[in-house]
Formats: sequence, structure tokens, C-alpha cells
Amino acid sequence: MALTRIGEGRLPVYIQEARIGMESKHTLEMKGISIEFPGVKALDHVDFAVKSGEIHALVGANGAGKSTLMKILGGAYGHYVGEIYFDGKKVDIRNPQDAKALGIDVVYQEVDTALISYLTVAENIMMDKMVNEMKGKHFIRWGNIHREAREVMKRVGIDLDTHTLVQDLSLAQKQMVLIARALATNTNFLVLDEPTAPLSQTETEELFRLMRDLAQNQQVGIVFISHRLPEIFEICETITILRDGQVVTDTTIDTLTQQKLVELMLGRRFEETYPKIHVPIGDVLLEVRDLNEEYGRVRNVSFTVRAGEIVGITGLVGAGKTELCKTLFGAYPMKSGEILLRGKSLHIKSPHAAVHQGMALVPEERRKEGVLVDEPVFVNLTLPSLDRFTKGPAFVDTRAERAKAREVIQDLGIRTPSENQKVAYLSGGNQQKVAVGKWLIADAEVYIFDEPTKGVDVGAKHDIFALIGALAKQGKGIIYASSEIPEILDISDRIYVMYDFTIVKEFETSEATEEAILFYSAGGQ
Amino acid sequence: MTTATEQSSKQAWYAGLVAFFSKWGTIITIFVLLIFFSATMPSFRTASNMVTIMRSISIVTVIATGITVSLTVDGFDLSVGSVATFSVALVMSFFVWYGWGTIPAIIVALLISLVVAVVNSFLIVKLHIYDLLATLATMFIFEGVAMTYTGGGSISQGMPRLDGTPTTGTIPPEFRLIGQSPYIIIIMLVIVMAVHVFLSYTKHGRYLYIVGGNREAARLSGIPVNRYRTLAYFLSTLLAGMGGIMLAARIGSAQINSGAGYLMPAVAAAFIGYSVAGVKKPNAIGTLVGAVLVGLLENGLIMMSVPYYSLNIIKGLVLAIALAITYYRKHD
Repeated sequence: MALTRIGEGRLPVYIQEARIGMESKHTLEMKGISIEFPGVKALDHVDFAVKSGEIHALVGANGAGKSTLMKILGGAYGHYVGEIYFDGKKVDIRNPQDAKALGIDVVYQEVDTALISYLTVAENIMMDKMVNEMKGKHFIRWGNIHREAREVMKRVGIDLDTHTLVQDLSLAQKQMVLIARALATNTNFLVLDEPTAPLSQTETEELFRLMRDLAQNQQVGIVFISHRLPEIFEICETITILRDGQVVTDTTIDTLTQQKLVELMLGRRFEETYPKIHVPIGDVLLEVRDLNEEYGRVRNVSFTVRAGEIVGITGLVGAGKTELCKTLFGAYPMKSGEILLRGKSLHIKSPHAAVHQGMALVPEERRKEGVLVDEPVFVNLTLPSLDRFTKGPAFVDTRAERAKAREVIQDLGIRTPSENQKVAYLSGGNQQKVAVGKWLIADAEVYIFDEPTKGVDVGAKHDIFALIGALAKQGKGIIYASSEIPEILDISDRIYVMYDFTIVKEFETSEATEEAILFYSAGGQ
Repeated sequence: MTTATEQSSKQAWYAGLVAFFSKWGTIITIFVLLIFFSATMPSFRTASNMVTIMRSISIVTVIATGITVSLTVDGFDLSVGSVATFSVALVMSFFVWYGWGTIPAIIVALLISLVVAVVNSFLIVKLHIYDLLATLATMFIFEGVAMTYTGGGSISQGMPRLDGTPTTGTIPPEFRLIGQSPYIIIIMLVIVMAVHVFLSYTKHGRYLYIVGGNREAARLSGIPVNRYRTLAYFLSTLLAGMGGIMLAARIGSAQINSGAGYLMPAVAAAFIGYSVAGVKKPNAIGTLVGAVLVGLLENGLIMMSVPYYSLNIIKGLVLAIALAITYYRKHD
């Protein structure tokens, strides 16, 4: 009951308890953790440990299992195999409540889904209390809620009016509110999943200051997931590196260099390669000059694509690849810059305009944006070019439409009982072939592919690569955006690396290595 | 083990039954009602009563096809009743106040009604207001506009205007024909067929459904999504305005809020139409079948001397059942 320090007396009881709780040190150990999802073994006997007052980095390439491991810790995946120990005692974390009871909080990457945008800062911070500690009570004492929220914010070191609506905050502020919310309840361990991805330099520094304060002065154990290597070296003491669902290294940060870290992340991968089809490359087809997106989601991007050339756009998740693709296609508003096709300036105000000027986009979110799952294959295939299948004023010639669809199904090897099958019933790879096939009929000049091999099996991947090669052979310009670096190395002629919504490096594919690309992707200089 | 298989076969049987009824339930209900009303009331099964039913559903059906078109783009037009009221007031004023002929009166009344569509599509497409709420607002706005235009009263032949000015215009007899059978029924059938052909066989119909099915995918396929959503609201207003013209011809005067009563049965007809014959999309022919069901029910119940003021209970229940059939299976 040593509540004699100035200002301490006004603190609400649960924060006092939390503080008392934090005086003691805790350890958290995960041993032999495995988890499977249909068809994939996402984690394979992973050991991971973190203790109070430590900032521990968790790194790995895309799909290495970082987020999965942390979701297990947060109680999001209850079906794991293996053991978890808290202070040496075996515990079970099967749901988010279990994690909360141990004082484990995970701040996921998508801040907007975790916060309620039309409520105030105070309500968001105090949400857990308002939801879980109101049993038997019916009236909210708003004065208390705001006062307690202010106390938590003071502890986090953010200065905001608690009455502000969350929708009016910047991304960085939202992140801080989420961290404050985690700390409003008793927090022993805090997991931050790529918190710096949307932050600016100063905002990142502010976050680091807070992380250090939490670790050193308040004995919180922090797990920090980031793709940005300089940050990891700046803030972390210990590091665990995952690769393909297994731990490759568990060490202190001072034993590593950036170069060594990249090597460990990549390891020696045994992946099949795809034969590159070499075609003669023609003149500049598409030129992009100083492209900026209205909301800063693409910044000062300039590049060229020549006829018959496959240009790879790579970078980490969140580097701005999808945003670039969508801006080129008119789906995101363009703020400034110029897009030229064969030297002529294009006016791309909407995807409709883009299609009419010879662009085609195979979007990343296949089922939501690429195909219409409730419609049959033939409707999907002819959608962008329906004008060619009409007679009279605007009557659809379904017979011609179906005939063309059957032809494309044959050409692309789309596995479907008939052209009348709903796309929802096709496999991921075949759905993707439909998403590509519709643009083949439309006959564009520049084809943009955004993560076309995501969730696609090996056979279909080969087919899609062959298709892209065939398009290049016809003298089309290809933009191939993917965070799968090996794929980019296999298929492209030239590579642009994106970081922070802009292009930071250009490579001739013949001179590029996976290590070098990852180095620039991670903000290395 | 046996109980488990029994259970699953029972479930499959149950699911099959649900599917069968959601597909053919409307048609079966129509026949059941026909048999029931015919058996209990000899006057019901006369040919003249069948014509009465068809005539009475004509206006509902045309307004309901308007709602159907707005539903294709995953929208909803609640303002159709007010549009009908508005076009009734306009066309009647052209005849009675200004002495116009039939053709110009109809055309101008329909064109002016399209102002509602302009406002609707501006609110929904440009300002991104939920369709249901935006058209709720315009429903009140244009109910008020119509009433203000008529000076809060009705318009009929020989009746002076509210400020006392005598009127000399007459309602042309050929306009009156529009409201009589068989013409009103023929007009309805022609409109239903035209909307059916437009939605099912043209490029534009295909695009409307695609926009309604997945707006983002439609946009990224190069479809001018906003243009098609606007088109849908223009068509729904145009059809509702046409319903108003038919209503004006039928009653031969402009009454206060005369179109308002058509909203509910039209919504019911359009939603019943969703599931008819397993189309599972808003469609014109299904809407006609839905209107037949609603009209049959109304006619039969009135003949069974159910008081008119209780009819809304039945009509509301029918709408609830139609909505339940439309939405119940969407979740799994």
C-alpha cells in the first residue's frame, strides 16, 4: 500500500494494481508450438521466449509464421499443439480471454479494424473495462471514464483530448490509442505487429521512446515484429528469426549484422524455378512521370515499361505496390504526375477510362475484386469486353459469348465442368485464370498483375507465368507486382523496389539478387 | 452411427423442402388461394372478377418494376409512391388547368417527374447517402412538392383552382382509356415484358446486375458503375411516373397522396419476385407474379368482408414472409 507518491492517490484502483503487478518480473515461454491450417503446416515445433523489460524482435520473410505465432499468443488460434509457460507454470491460451487474463496484449497491424471510429478516444481506450467490468451496472460515469483514460494516456505519453473521435486521428495517433488501450488493463506482455509500417520518421521515434519507457520503467515485455532492419537494430535487444515455420536463430541483436540477418531470413530455399521466356524488347510503351496519389499512397513514382518487357515491382507488404497498381488503373485518385502510353498522355480518371485507353488490372483481392464469384465463368470472361458480344441496339449475343468463353477455357486450361459453372466453385488457381482471361479477350496494351500467384497452387502458377510470357511475346507491356522476390527474379526483365510508397531502387534482373532486393525493401541504404 | 445418418438424411430432406418452397412457394400459394377463394365464394371465380384483379394490380406492378430495377444495382427506391403522386398531380393539372392534349401532357409529366431521379442519384451516387435513407428523404420532399403544387387540394375536371380561378380544361377520353381494361392490363404486360427484355437480354441489364452483385469488381472490370447506378434510379422513377399516369387515368382526378398507398404492395411484389422460380435476383416477371399474389389476396379478403382497415395486417405479413424467404438463405 505504498501509495504515497505525489499524484498516485488519484489513480484508479485497477491501474494501481497493474502497477503493483508490474513491480514483479515475468517470463513467458512457448515450447514446441505447431499449428496446421488446411494443407499447410504454418508452424513446426517453434520455441519462443520473452521476459519482462525486454524488447524482443521477431523477424522472418513473408509467410514465415510470425503473425501466426503471435496470434497463438493472443488467443486467436486455439488449435495449436505445444506448451506455453507463464512464470514456469503451464498455461493454456485457447481464446483471447485467456491471453488477457495473463496480461498479454496483441496490437494487430490493422489498427482500423481494432478501433471503433465513431467513438471517442476515451471510449476506445476504456473499451475493455466498459465491456468486461460493467456486470450488474447500468449507468456509465463518464467523468471517471475520461479521467481514467487521461491517466493511461499520460502513462503512454500521448497528449490528446479524450473527447476526440477516433476517426479524426492520424494513423500514428490511432496506434498510440491502441497501445493505450492495451495498457489500460494489466499488461505484462505487449506484442506489436509491424507497428511502424504506416508511421513517419518522427512518429516512429515517438513510438520507440514509448516502447523503451514501457520496457525499462514499467517492466513490460515487448515483442516487436518489423520488416525494417534498421529499426530492429535500433530498438531490440534480443531476436528470434523464423523461416518456413521454424526457428532458425534465437540470439542477441549485437551478434548480428543487417547482411547476416537477411541471409538467415532467406536461408537456402528449395523452390522450383520458372523458366523465363526471353522475347525481344521493343520501345518504351508506358512511361510514368512523378506519379502521386491523392492521399499520399503513391509518392513521386517514375518508371517505364517497354513493349514485350516484364517489369517487376517488389517490396514488402505495405510498401505501396497495390496502391501503385490501383493508381495506374484509375481506381485510386491521381494527384499529380503523368502517365504516357506510346508517348501520348493518358487521362485516367476511373478504371472505365483506363480500360478504354488500353490498361488491364488483375487485382490482388481476387475473390473480392478480380472475379464475380456468384456469376458463371462466361459472364466473368466477357465482362470487360461485352460490347463485342452484342447485336442490334445492345442485345447480348449469349451464343457468341459462350463460344468465346469455351475457347478461353480451352486455351488457358481453366478446370471447370463448363462455361456455365459459378466461379465460386472453382479452385483459387482457376479463379485467377478467369481473372486473367477476361483481360485477354479485352486485348489491352499494358497488363498490370498484382500478386497474381497469391493462394495459387504450383501447377496454376506455371500456367499463369506461361500466360504472362505469351503476352510479353505479343509485345504487351507487363507490370508484375509481388512481394515474392524469387518469383520476381524468375519472371521479370527489370525490377523496381518499393519502400514507403515510392520506388527506391531499380535493378536489371540479371544483376539482382534476393539479398540485395530484400536489403532495399527493408529500407536499407 | 445409424442415428447420425438418419439425422443427416433428415436434414437434407428438410433443406430440400425449404429450397423447393422458396422456389415454387409463390406459385403454389397463388393456386391455393385461387382454389380456396373459388370454393368459398362463387362470385370470386367469375371472369369479370379475374379481370378486376388484373386491372387492380396493373398500377402496383408497374411501380413495382421500378423498384425492381433499383434493386438490381443493390439499391432501393422508396420514393416511387411520391413520384406516382407527383406525376398524377402534374398530368391532371396539364389537362384541367391548362387544357393540354394527352400525348404532351404525359410526356411532360414524366420528364418533370425525372427531377426526383436527379435528386435521388445525386444524394446516393455523389453524396454516398444510403439509398434507403436518401429515398426516404425524397419521398417526403416530393410528397410535399406535389401537394404544394396542387395547393394542398385535389384536381378534378370542372373544379376551380384553390385561388378560385375557374378551370375549363377537360380530361381527354382517350386518356381515360388508359385506365380501363383491357388497355391498362395490356400496358402493364408490355412494360413488364420490356423491363424483362432490358434486364435479361441487353448489355445494360447485365451491367446493372453485375454492379449490384459486386460493385468493386464491376468497377475494376471497367464498368462505369456510377453511370449505371444513376440509370437504375432514372428508370425506377420513370416507371413509377408511368404508374402515376395509369393511376390518373384510372381515377380521373388528382387526389392528395394518391400514390402513397402503392409503395407497400409494390415493395412486397418486388421482393416476392426475387425467389419466384429460383431466379434469386430482382426480376420483372417475378415481380408480376408477386403483384398477382398480393392483388389476389387483397381481392379475396375484401370479398370475404375483411374490413379494408385490417388489410394492411395481411399485406404487411406477406411482405415479412417475402423478405424472410429472400434473406433467410443468404446467410449460409
